[in-house]
Amino acid sequence: MSLLAARNLARHYGGIAAVSGVSFTVEKGEVRAIIGPNGAGKTTLVGMISGRIQPTAGSVWFNDRDITRLPSWQRVGQGIVYTFQVTSIYRNLTCFENVALAAQRRVGGRPAAIAAAVAAALTQVGLPDEANRQAGVLPYGHQRLLEVAMALALKPELLILDEPTQGLAPAEVASFCDLVRRVAESATVLLIEHNLKVVLELAHRITVMNRGAILAEGSPGEIEQHPAVQRAYLGQ
Amino acid sequence: MRPLLLHGGLILVLFALQFVLPDYHHANVARIMIYAVLAVGYNLLLGYTGLMSLGHAMFFAAGAYGAGLSVYWLGYGPLPAFAAGVFSGLIMSLIAGVFLLRSTGVAFLIVTLMLAQACFLTTLYFNNFTMGEQGIVLATTGDADILGFSLQLADPAVKYNVALVALAVSLSGCLWLVQSPMGRVLVAIRENEQRTRMLGYNTFAYRYFAIVISGTIAGLSGALYALLFSYVGSSFASLQYSTFPLLWTLLGGAGTIIGPLVGTGLMFYLVDIASGYTTSYLLVVGVTLLALTLWFPRGIMGAVRARFPAWLP
Repeated sequence: MSLLAARNLARHYGGIAAVSGVSFTVEKGEVRAIIGPNGAGKTTLVGMISGRIQPTAGSVWFNDRDITRLPSWQRVGQGIVYTFQVTSIYRNLTCFENVALAAQRRVGGRPAAIAAAVAAALTQVGLPDEANRQAGVLPYGHQRLLEVAMALALKPELLILDEPTQGLAPAEVASFCDLVRRVAESATVLLIEHNLKVVLELAHRITVMNRGAILAEGSPGEIEQHPAVQRAYLGQ
Repeated sequence: MRPLLLHGGLILVLFALQFVLPDYHHANVARIMIYAVLAVGYNLLLGYTGLMSLGHAMFFAAGAYGAGLSVYWLGYGPLPAFAAGVFSGLIMSLIAGVFLLRSTGVAFLIVTLMLAQACFLTTLYFNNFTMGEQGIVLATTGDADILGFSLQLADPAVKYNVALVALAVSLSGCLWLVQSPMGRVLVAIRENEQRTRMLGYNTFAYRYFAIVISGTIAGLSGALYALLFSYVGSSFASLQYSTFPLLWTLLGGAGTIIGPLVGTGLMFYLVDIASGYTTSYLLVVGVTLLALTLWFPRGIMGAVRARFPAWLP
């Protein structure tokens, strides 16, 4: 049984097919990367998986349940957690309040339980001392980490990271990879990423998209050697 | 702890004021406190959930008519009439909330405005029942029996203290709510609704809840107003009563607990003093609001909070 299965998923905007007839499965515990050039349909695809975008056709299955019609907020309850491509935190609230919003969704309203869950999530991403700072004044790299802390506080079963290393400095990228590896010990990770080095380092399997369809799928080694991928994506 | 002390202290000061205020100001402060209840409810929606309504007159009027008509036509005593008024506010906000679920921002403003105008016209249409613009003067002979005490609603001291209790209850209820996990989600919706949905919250349900609470508090304010000041008329449903709470809240500081009270008091006395000098007192009000938006865009308490105590809720 696969954790996640997409069956013939399609999304059209007017006459333009952002995603057309995509089928793929993600197994429990794996780190799956989705790569592809701009406009390949990656964000639309994970949008349909997280419920932010309704598919025009096809279905999404999670833990052998059809969740195609489930609204996004209910999918979070099922364990599908999405982090935004454009950092989306509550800039005017403190880091504690940001993560507390995620934590209270899972642990309920008791202040002690919320505080413990917040501390755990902030420690996990390496921001334990920033709890009382306003989120909007953090450096950009820390804002990305805060966003991941919010996701972790929800204890995801499937964590979707949309371009997580975009805009990070090289040193930050390295520590981000370590973080994802630790997260992957307890969650399945679906990663959209432009940085091929990150993808080859982290992913167990890679799905390559181009023009709304899947071009290739395989292990990092197979994908690197795939001729069609090299033509379409690596520009060789 | 400090917010509790501050707001408790404020209520105590208001309680003590009644013994020193001259009659005229005594009556004014009672009226201000009733209006402030309306503003407190309004602020829950504007200040904490980020939804700007231009239709709170419909909730205020629902409360006022619910109380007033049940006194006039059904001969209810003050307590059952009050309950009927609050209930009317609740029903009105439950219904309005259904229409408002899908709209935010400017659309929310327009839909509330249209719904409130529809309610205003309804009060005029059924004028043989509501007496329309002329309104109904309520007989204030009724005593309210509370725990064996018989309260004469016409007595100024009773008016003042009933208003004070209503204000204290709505202020502390609001304080409790915005500091609860529920209130945290409302603020999250104000800050970034899409993000809040992706944290697993049904933001439609939370917004509906905020509309119903805010509308019911407005209904409570209207019910008390009608009963304490013995009048209900269709002016209560007019646009004026929708813009008032907006202005009071903005003046005092949206998103602060005591802002609405501060704004209501200031605006009330601004109108009161200005109208002593000129008939075009609304000009003074307008200029004040312009100055406010230029120099204190977050309202008075918002400016105070930005400079001094960060703990001010």
